[in-house]
Amino acid sequence: MPIQNLYLAIIALPLIGFFINALLGKKMSKNLVGILASLMVFVPFVIILSAFSDLVNGGEPIHFQLFNWFTVAHYSVDFGIQIDQLSVIMVMLITGVGFLIHVYSIAYMKEDENYSRYFSYLNLFIFFMLILVMSDNYLGMFIGWEGVGLASYLLIGFWFKNDEYNNAAKKAFIMNRVGDLGFLVGMFFLFYYTGSLEYSKVNEALQLGAMIPALAFATSILLFLGATGKSAQIPLFTWLPDAMAGPTPVSALIHAATMVTAGVYMVFRSNLLFSLAPQTLEIIAIVGAATALYAAAVGLAQNDIKKVLAYSTVSQLGLMFLALGVGAYSTALFHVLTHAFFKALLFLGSGSVIHAVGGDQDIRRMGGLKKYMPITFITFLIGSLAISGVPPFSGFFSKDEILAMAFQKNIALWAVGVGASMMTAFYMFRVVFLTFFGEFRGTEEQKNQLHESPALMNFPLIVLAILATLGGFIGIPHIFNAPHLLNEFLAPITIAVGVAPEHLSATTEYILIAIVIGGALISIGIAYVMYISKRNVPGKDASYTGVTKWANNKFYVDEFYDAIIVRPVQWTSDFLFKAVDKVLIDGVVNTTGRISLLTGDIVRSIQTGQTAFYILAMVLSVCFILGYFLIGIK
Amino acid sequence: MIVLILLILPFIGAILSALAGNKAANKIALLSTVSTLLLTAKTYYDFTTGSTTSLDYSTQWLLEPNVTFSLTIDGLTMVMLILTNLLVPIIVLSGLGAVVQNSRAFYALILVMQGALNGVFMASDGFAFYVFWELALIPIYFIALLWGAENSRKVTLKFFIYTIAGSLFMLISFIILYMVTGDLRIENLTNLSITGIAQKIVFIGFFLAFAIKVPLIPFHTWQADTYTVAPTQGTMLLSGIMLKMGLYGFIRWMLPIMPFSVAEFTPIIMTLGVVGVIYGSWIAIQQNNIKRLFAYSSLAHVGLITAGIFSLNTMGLIGAVVQMFAHGVNVVGLFFAAEIIYRRTGTLDLNSLGGIRNVAPWFSTYFFILLLASVGLPLTNAFVGEFMLLFAVWQYNAILGIIAALTIIFAAIYLFRMFQRAMLGQTNTVTANFKDLTISEHLTFIPLVILVFVLGVYPMPIISLVEPVIKQIIQLASI
Repeated sequence: MPIQNLYLAIIALPLIGFFINALLGKKMSKNLVGILASLMVFVPFVIILSAFSDLVNGGEPIHFQLFNWFTVAHYSVDFGIQIDQLSVIMVMLITGVGFLIHVYSIAYMKEDENYSRYFSYLNLFIFFMLILVMSDNYLGMFIGWEGVGLASYLLIGFWFKNDEYNNAAKKAFIMNRVGDLGFLVGMFFLFYYTGSLEYSKVNEALQLGAMIPALAFATSILLFLGATGKSAQIPLFTWLPDAMAGPTPVSALIHAATMVTAGVYMVFRSNLLFSLAPQTLEIIAIVGAATALYAAAVGLAQNDIKKVLAYSTVSQLGLMFLALGVGAYSTALFHVLTHAFFKALLFLGSGSVIHAVGGDQDIRRMGGLKKYMPITFITFLIGSLAISGVPPFSGFFSKDEILAMAFQKNIALWAVGVGASMMTAFYMFRVVFLTFFGEFRGTEEQKNQLHESPALMNFPLIVLAILATLGGFIGIPHIFNAPHLLNEFLAPITIAVGVAPEHLSATTEYILIAIVIGGALISIGIAYVMYISKRNVPGKDASYTGVTKWANNKFYVDEFYDAIIVRPVQWTSDFLFKAVDKVLIDGVVNTTGRISLLTGDIVRSIQTGQTAFYILAMVLSVCFILGYFLIGIK
Repeated sequence: MIVLILLILPFIGAILSALAGNKAANKIALLSTVSTLLLTAKTYYDFTTGSTTSLDYSTQWLLEPNVTFSLTIDGLTMVMLILTNLLVPIIVLSGLGAVVQNSRAFYALILVMQGALNGVFMASDGFAFYVFWELALIPIYFIALLWGAENSRKVTLKFFIYTIAGSLFMLISFIILYMVTGDLRIENLTNLSITGIAQKIVFIGFFLAFAIKVPLIPFHTWQADTYTVAPTQGTMLLSGIMLKMGLYGFIRWMLPIMPFSVAEFTPIIMTLGVVGVIYGSWIAIQQNNIKRLFAYSSLAHVGLITAGIFSLNTMGLIGAVVQMFAHGVNVVGLFFAAEIIYRRTGTLDLNSLGGIRNVAPWFSTYFFILLLASVGLPLTNAFVGEFMLLFAVWQYNAILGIIAALTIIFAAIYLFRMFQRAMLGQTNTVTANFKDLTISEHLTFIPLVILVFVLGVYPMPIISLVEPVIKQIIQLASI
């Protein structure tokens, strides 16, 4: 049991941190609050490293049950923990990147009056995220799934005096719930047809043919609906850009590195089910590719640094789903990892920039920052190179692998992916050039305040920059004859699917790599010409025309949803209340009442309140009934 | 014997409260309800450790006609008794900080109500059931009428007539049953030989009484007005416990007695339940009065419970009981939160509230936890019940199940909107001086919040209590 307690501590520590900071945080010093919260994430990271090294050295996955949650008839759900190759990677990612972001927050949130509340929410998020990836069954995953939604709600609306932020938080929660409906009903299918929600038992039943293809299709598409909510895919993505209302470290942790990849985790975890439903996979690939392209297009015309990063996250998530859709599960997870490194890095870098310019987020009022904040600049540049797919930075490896896998399946999917990637390289370097190069375009006052961020913020930037640089080497393309460490490690999870990916011919693969690299460099070159050579600065939003205007306005998806869903729901609600409820149903009731009371006189006497009479009548009627029996009519 | 004492105890408390002065009445009532709770706990202990599966008390009431006074506590009744006797002290406690006119009468009525509710849940003879059923109506009627808002007279009268009309249909049903069997003890009603049109009439009679009490749409129009005008403790009694009389009635007095009609009417009732889920939630989206919003949300919750009951699925029925318990806890907590807002600001209108979280963090935290429970977040009490109910409805009919499951989206919409408009944002003149909770208010919230999590993480005690009873009922209800 002691070894199990150790693994339980991974989940328990962040929860303890949450309670301590929530209840006592106000009375503790800020440093203590921050250090405590960070430790509650760091210790689990150390523990999971030991589990990881066991697994790497051929150890068995850890799996144990805590207690029975509920059992009705033959349906039973336990609280159970499972740490296998997939979970261990996710836990390392969550606690590792999570720890860095906690450290960063100590400095970033220093001035905030609700410092302890912030850290308690952050720990709460880690707690639920760990439940999500460490549970041994779908309902446990769902606890974490909804729990991180709650933490996300609390952190997006962290500054709750601002109603716009509150709206963003509410929107995130509700949109996620739309997806959760799919997840929930998908679980009903699994529970009913396989008799369990435990991964191992579900998979066992699926292998024995518990689901005919039509059922597997329905179930997987419902689960995927859940994934589109959490991972911001079409059609449920519009909450994520709004979620940037939260503090920037939160955007880095929750809305880039970890929570939004939960959908990828879920599909990966269910890979046997999804492989039984090829149509679902096709849909996923198309949705992923479309999301990648759409979000990248929007990213081209955004001027808020966090909005650019938000759309880029949506776009990168789209690439991950493209990978899932072509059956390249571990490739998707590869991109989850590299993306977590470079996107967390970019968000934290943007936070550093925002910090320096006193809270402004508009890149049109930045410029020339590289000489004021060299560390932020270099790390941000590394992140941008990584996301653009320039070798040897990590994004190149995972993105190249996704595109190669897509190419094998369908050349159109590949082309869309390449298009999205090129746009990504362009808009990221648009940000880099506008933010760090040229002259500063903000106010004099801002200019005098420009400064490099403190060490506590730079340390996570540097660590993440190293990871973003080297992280790709865990998955080297096979043509270079080096082992693909990640795929080998993850093989047991996808073993049930049993299809080893066929490799493209070396020539084809070299050509594909050349196209990816060439595309990225061309895009960066165009950005260089536009923003360095020609010194363009985007004009006011109102000055946009044509396609740029549409892209700047996110192609009016929010307005569209508002018109076809939100407002009709509100009108219908008013109509149901005022017309149906008050007039129709209640009218019938009142009329029935009046008729049965026979005359207007009686109605009037009731309305003047002779109710004692009615109590009397009731008592009398009971007596009457009794009397009726007593007289003995049988 | 313990059964009889449990029944009588609240009535003794009522007499003592009535005899006490207005100042002491609240405390006497609290003492009485806590004693009842302790006795309930003792009963639960005996029940779970004893060798018998039920506790009985029975005596001949009248010889001619043959009416017995029979009380039985089985697993299902036990859950209802725990719910009632746990919530009533909390409801009494919630009034500790408020000034109530003529409080000895007020608390005496609450205790009479408690006694009658216990009677309803324990009665195993139709006649006793009917008497307690009617008895429960009288105190709540006066509570709503005399301590309610200014325009309460018309509203409470409608409530009274509506429910009593329903009860009369039930009375007719009982008379028919008596004429056939000569006995109204429930065990003698279960293998009944009435069929055809007679069974249908009996069924409809019961159904109307219960459906109005629950209320199931379209019999619900008394509810929102009554909840809004009644004093909050009355609303808590109505929504937390009294509406469960109807749901309990479905399970106890309809399913096992009239299997043929149950089978025949199930599609209609399931549909009404699910329509209620959507209808109630949909209307709640645009409500600006907090109590009215909760009333419509309650309509949605009980619609789902009803659908779960008539799914005749073990998971659905057990989910229904789990959810009845959870709903009782959550709705009492939510109405108490509304009461706190009303005590301090004099309004429940979302348009004039806002920013309370800035000035009352404790209150906001409790309120938010209860709200999450009501939304059905996993690890809160309502999740397990909701999962079971939706799973059962989905098994009955997948389309109906998916429509019902929309509740998880709707609940998030109307409750988060309400919370945002009342609690978040900037304070205004109405809310700027909002004081955080007093000790007695803390003490009211704390047990509710604990129940939210305890039952959310460990619902097995309730499930194992009711499972044998439910299985038996399903067996009787299946033809």
